[in-house]
Amino acid sequence: MTKVLGIDLGTTNSAVAVAGDGEPAHAVPITQVTGPGETAERPTLPSFLLLPTDHEVPGSALQLPWSGPLKYVVGTYARDRGAELPHRLVSSAKSWLSNSGIDRTAQVLPFRGAQRASEVSSAPGEAALEIDGERVSPVNASARYLAHLRAAWDFANEDEPAGEQDVLITVPASFDPVARELTVAAAREAGFDKVTLLEEPQAAFYAYLAARGDAWRNDLAPGDIVLVCDVGGGTCDFSLIAISDEGGTLSLERIAVGDHILLGGDNMDLALSAIVQRDLGRPLDPMQQRALVQGCRRAKEQLLGDQPPKSVPVSILGRGSKLIGGTIKAEVTREAAEAMLVDGFFPKVEATARAERRKSVGLRELGLPYAHDPAITRHLADFLARSLGGKQPTHVLFNGGVMKAAKLQARVVELLRAWAGRDVKVLAGADLDLAVALGAAHYGEVRRGKGVRIRGGTARAYYIGIETAMPAIPGFAPPVKALCVAPQGLEEGSTVELPDDELAVVVGEVSEFRFFAAANRKDDKSGALVDADTDGLTELSPVEKQIEAEDRKTGDLVPVRLEAHVTEVGTLELWCVARDGHGRWKLEYSVRERE
Amino acid sequence: MRLVLAFACFFRILFGKKLPPEAVKFLPDDQQPKALPPPKEKVVVEKVVVEKIVVEKPKTAQHHRDGALALLALLQREGRLVDFLREPLDGFSDADIGAAARDVHRGCKKVLEQHLVMEPVMPGAEETKVNVPKGFDPAEIRLVGEAKGEPPFSGTLRHHGWRVTETKLPALADGIDRTVIAPAEVELA
Repeated sequence: MTKVLGIDLGTTNSAVAVAGDGEPAHAVPITQVTGPGETAERPTLPSFLLLPTDHEVPGSALQLPWSGPLKYVVGTYARDRGAELPHRLVSSAKSWLSNSGIDRTAQVLPFRGAQRASEVSSAPGEAALEIDGERVSPVNASARYLAHLRAAWDFANEDEPAGEQDVLITVPASFDPVARELTVAAAREAGFDKVTLLEEPQAAFYAYLAARGDAWRNDLAPGDIVLVCDVGGGTCDFSLIAISDEGGTLSLERIAVGDHILLGGDNMDLALSAIVQRDLGRPLDPMQQRALVQGCRRAKEQLLGDQPPKSVPVSILGRGSKLIGGTIKAEVTREAAEAMLVDGFFPKVEATARAERRKSVGLRELGLPYAHDPAITRHLADFLARSLGGKQPTHVLFNGGVMKAAKLQARVVELLRAWAGRDVKVLAGADLDLAVALGAAHYGEVRRGKGVRIRGGTARAYYIGIETAMPAIPGFAPPVKALCVAPQGLEEGSTVELPDDELAVVVGEVSEFRFFAAANRKDDKSGALVDADTDGLTELSPVEKQIEAEDRKTGDLVPVRLEAHVTEVGTLELWCVARDGHGRWKLEYSVRERE
Repeated sequence: MRLVLAFACFFRILFGKKLPPEAVKFLPDDQQPKALPPPKEKVVVEKVVVEKIVVEKPKTAQHHRDGALALLALLQREGRLVDFLREPLDGFSDADIGAAARDVHRGCKKVLEQHLVMEPVMPGAEETKVNVPKGFDPAEIRLVGEAKGEPPFSGTLRHHGWRVTETKLPALADGIDRTVIAPAEVELA
């Protein structure tokens, strides 16, 4: 019997759990480089990739039990040494994977501000000194984390190579079809030929189910709605799971997922360190600043935990060998932490609050699209209003490192109760750092028929843009209609064919279609035609396909029908099927940067 | 020379290394190595990700002191222990020392927790009466004061002792100069 490996490919930390060996799902420690020439096991693999030169870190310092000297390193040592070599450090690769502002298969990481890959490689002479060094694509960086997890597993389990087990990889619920497809591509690059994707908030819920056993049926009743509130180091991810009665048994359905919000614990640590630094009133060098941010993270965990002290001392040790003499002392008080973190990031807001969105300005610095509004509770109120239209969840399940803080959990519960005007219960989950990996491993067992499954299907409805025929007017682009190709909730393994439409592709040319998604348009059936500028539709990277001539003449118009297929893996495929039955073409997601 | 070899074996086992070849003749007969099958070719998993990996056989033999030095390097890296112990305390206030000591304590504690699992040798609260049973191991329990007659003895537990039940020390790569427990740091302009 093969095992199930659940892989949480996280923004800042990755984890692996295993199930199917007769024991409940459990986490697997990961052997990694922890210092120069030193390897040890750690519960998680920090999702960092360091690409140093020989002068910075010699290859002999980067050896794993299963390798010779390497030119790169991932994990703990990459994170720690990388803080001193930020120009060689790839971090948050996962956020880049879902960023349509860049070409996600181009070698753009470590990201250096506005420099483009093309400009970098073409700059000769002295400029090359500044910008030498290897760069990788977001897909390749993710592949290296996965390859490491795979190699570490294979080293410890020689007879059961990871590639031969059932492998589940989690992705944010908010990942669009392109980011999901790229995650699968990264897995393939890492040598996982067959993987299945699972949304992280669902994985957290599966971890709860695994931990509770059958008792979950006492916790929940038909009509209940569970909010999964997942706040990690870099992202917020919300999902709603509805409980209903189906022929006498409880069934679970994921009914809504939130947007991709780049806002998390790292923002909080930075914010807290900014106040401390202001109070210090003296400049700090980058390394001291890093020490301060780490000190603030520890202070945050203490001050927002159970029975917090009045204040937590934060000291920045002297950098030279004179330790005590060079130490800078600071202090974070409980009031300051609560004012900044609880009231700043989790302010008390009304159920009608809406998150501020960044207005599209002409020029924006290229980089990660961080959330504009730091108030997580406003994002939450916004999400609930859009998804439930006035109703409120009855239960909440917390996940992610940030939500370990008792004070933050309490604030979210307080608000949910106020919004609902009644009690909202907290479901006790598993270890918040490992729940996603554990839940993914448990889900692998569920797929084998052991346990209850959350129905969900596609998180959003998807549309193809179609230009409407109308007389040309100077200065006006013809209006675009959006044709629904995949309704929300399309289950894995199912296919929908669109009714015949007057669609055609040109042989020999690249056919490009604009591509849209909508989170809250459950009533659009496939074939529905809506205005592309309808509220709620977001444009994604386009899909395209060059139709080869084969037995047709270049330039010929081939009438086609569209077909959408949700694979067992969990990705969405769009196909053009020739109406005369001769040929079918899969549309590819364009990963080029969007204009 | 057996003493040196015994120490070498001790540290190698402690740090998860193979025994030195000279130790083989001390193994019981049924544990003597047979002619080994040729090593299985390990699949280089990074093949897809990196273009070339230079697999080099480690050349230099590991010295047993490397283990002790590596532990010291860890305590210095995570907790700045060597800096702390090497710095004269004269002229610093207790508050200054305390502020630094807190960080040193946290870092060194982390090293202990990550790499060694410890438990008291004798369960039970200190300053309470305990019995030292018959057949106890004097290496585990140190008697203070006069032991009259044969055990069991009765006495007061002054220190519960520490026993390392599990070592999870990092595996060390060969070919690294472990005498550098902290490299010099030069910040480039």
